[in-house]
Amino acid sequence: MEKDITLAVKDLRKVIGRREIIKGLTFDLREGEVFGFLGPNGAGKTTTIRMLVGLIKPTSGSIEICGTNIEEDFQKALGCLGCIVENPELYPFLSGYNNLLHFARMLPSVGDERIKEVTKLVGLTERIHDKVKTYSLGMRQRLGIAQALLGSPKVLILDEPTNGLDPAGIREMREFIRFLAEEEGLSVLVSSHLLSEIQLLCDRVAIIAKGSIIRTDTVEKLLSNRERVAWRLSPFEKGRDLLAALTPIEDADNQIVLTEFNEQKTPEWNRMLVEAGVSVLEMNRKMPVLEDLFLELTGGETIE
Amino acid sequence: MNKLIQNEMMKLIAKKRLVVIALIIGVLVVLFTYAQYKEVQREREKLGTNDWRTILQQQIVDTTNRLSSNRLSDEWRQQLQISLQQKQYYLDHDINPAEPGAPTFMRIFLENSIDLFIPLMVMVIASDLVSSEHSMGTVKLLLTRPVKRWKVLMSKYITLCLAISLIVAIAGILSFLISGVVFGYKGWEAPILTGFNVTDTGLNTTDVKLLSLWKFLLMDFGLVWFVALVVGTLSFMLSVLINSTAAGMGVMLAALISGAILSNMVSSWESAKYFFMVNLRLTDYMQGSPPPIEGMTLSFSLLVLFIWWAAAMAVSFIVFTKKDVY
Repeated sequence: MEKDITLAVKDLRKVIGRREIIKGLTFDLREGEVFGFLGPNGAGKTTTIRMLVGLIKPTSGSIEICGTNIEEDFQKALGCLGCIVENPELYPFLSGYNNLLHFARMLPSVGDERIKEVTKLVGLTERIHDKVKTYSLGMRQRLGIAQALLGSPKVLILDEPTNGLDPAGIREMREFIRFLAEEEGLSVLVSSHLLSEIQLLCDRVAIIAKGSIIRTDTVEKLLSNRERVAWRLSPFEKGRDLLAALTPIEDADNQIVLTEFNEQKTPEWNRMLVEAGVSVLEMNRKMPVLEDLFLELTGGETIE
Repeated sequence: MNKLIQNEMMKLIAKKRLVVIALIIGVLVVLFTYAQYKEVQREREKLGTNDWRTILQQQIVDTTNRLSSNRLSDEWRQQLQISLQQKQYYLDHDINPAEPGAPTFMRIFLENSIDLFIPLMVMVIASDLVSSEHSMGTVKLLLTRPVKRWKVLMSKYITLCLAISLIVAIAGILSFLISGVVFGYKGWEAPILTGFNVTDTGLNTTDVKLLSLWKFLLMDFGLVWFVALVVGTLSFMLSVLINSTAAGMGVMLAALISGAILSNMVSSWESAKYFFMVNLRLTDYMQGSPPPIEGMTLSFSLLVLFIWWAAAMAVSFIVFTKKDVY
């Protein structure tokens, strides 16, 4: 069964001066999914996001958040949306708590209870009464998310959420976003120019370049050549035949067998090989090459 | 709306701007009080101590003698009578006319700070009210709430009005309290001349009357507050139009200073009277000093300032609700 559509964008355009910056974007977000917005710098990701949250007026096209058109009823539409546009810039001279209080006052019926709840959710309870200027970037990022979650939104929009975070912070953020989508049922729109990140985080991806969406699909489908495992086995022939009985072999030369990678099954295959007396000299997980796909689709525009 | 104003107040207080302004006013008042005190001392040395009562008595006798003469024009007679009343009051209440009490100091301070000092203080708050949200980037959070944009701006404007009232009150209270330490707190009832009309034929004194100082001060406060509000609204508009606080402040400062300079040299350029900055010295009309450009009156200046205010409000709200935020 298809899940409910929480954000629907139809033929969105923005013309500045004579230049058409956004050339008719159409996509939807469904409940509980993380949707990636992938494109090189200057492709129009940020402009699109700013139109979604009401900072920029679209030239034409419609944006519906939870079934409410943003231009017809701004208050109702924005009521079920939480967002961070670019870096979470909060008031550095106020404490974290006062920042949350500030934004809570701008929402209908968000009380002290909810502030405490989101503070706990992002793990800032201990430092919440310190001034924001004493926070690390990771803490600011978390406070930004807390602020976005205050109004219990159905849709969460995060522009480059891992910008400037260290690897541990990126990982933490990723897990948190997955948690929000899976456990809380939020629709999350994430933009990024980093392939690896989108790949790990998102259920579906839209690839955008020069103001148009080139392709929208699930991550798995986009990666027509999925993750694979390269096996180096001894003895080679015996191992290859054994594996061939378990899973289709994609390639087998230079003493290396390539098979599909599957979280559940691959360790099983490994065990069976070992039990049959085949030594596994090397198991190497090969990351997929979304990069190649991207370059192909965008016609060679570079990304990081 | 109340909650939004609470928010703006919280930010204003956290920035400690009002404390800084109060400190600046306090320091300046101390300086001016000292200067005034020096002046009083010099006067005293010139006249010899303690004989101001005799001098005043002598003056009263002189004036009464002149009034008994029947060769006086009515107008002149009226003026003499007013001046006699004023001198009699000083004598009766034991006030040295050369030594102001705190209320008089407050009046002088207000009248001299109306066109530059108070507007400057107001500018400190008004000019970054909107533009600082841009430079901090918080405008993106502020405008993505389920609140209409005009409401966000209105809450900021109301906060500005409150801050302006507070600044004017601080200026009044501090100048009264600090100068009173030196000059004493007496003199609320001291009479002061007002009601001059500048007409084509010269100064018209038919409506001149004596007013208690406290009533006069109330009018002064009203005028200062109005000027502060107009200047505040104009800086507020610049803050909406220009995302850089420094640039907005620069423009406003240039306008204020050019006003002070223009007032001294535009008497022949008549259309300059429609600039807001030459119309700021409203309290001068009360004292009967000639306006910088012929044809300017209190009501004319009030009208010009009101039109500038209305235009600034319209521009601020239209631009803020329509513009794309990058």
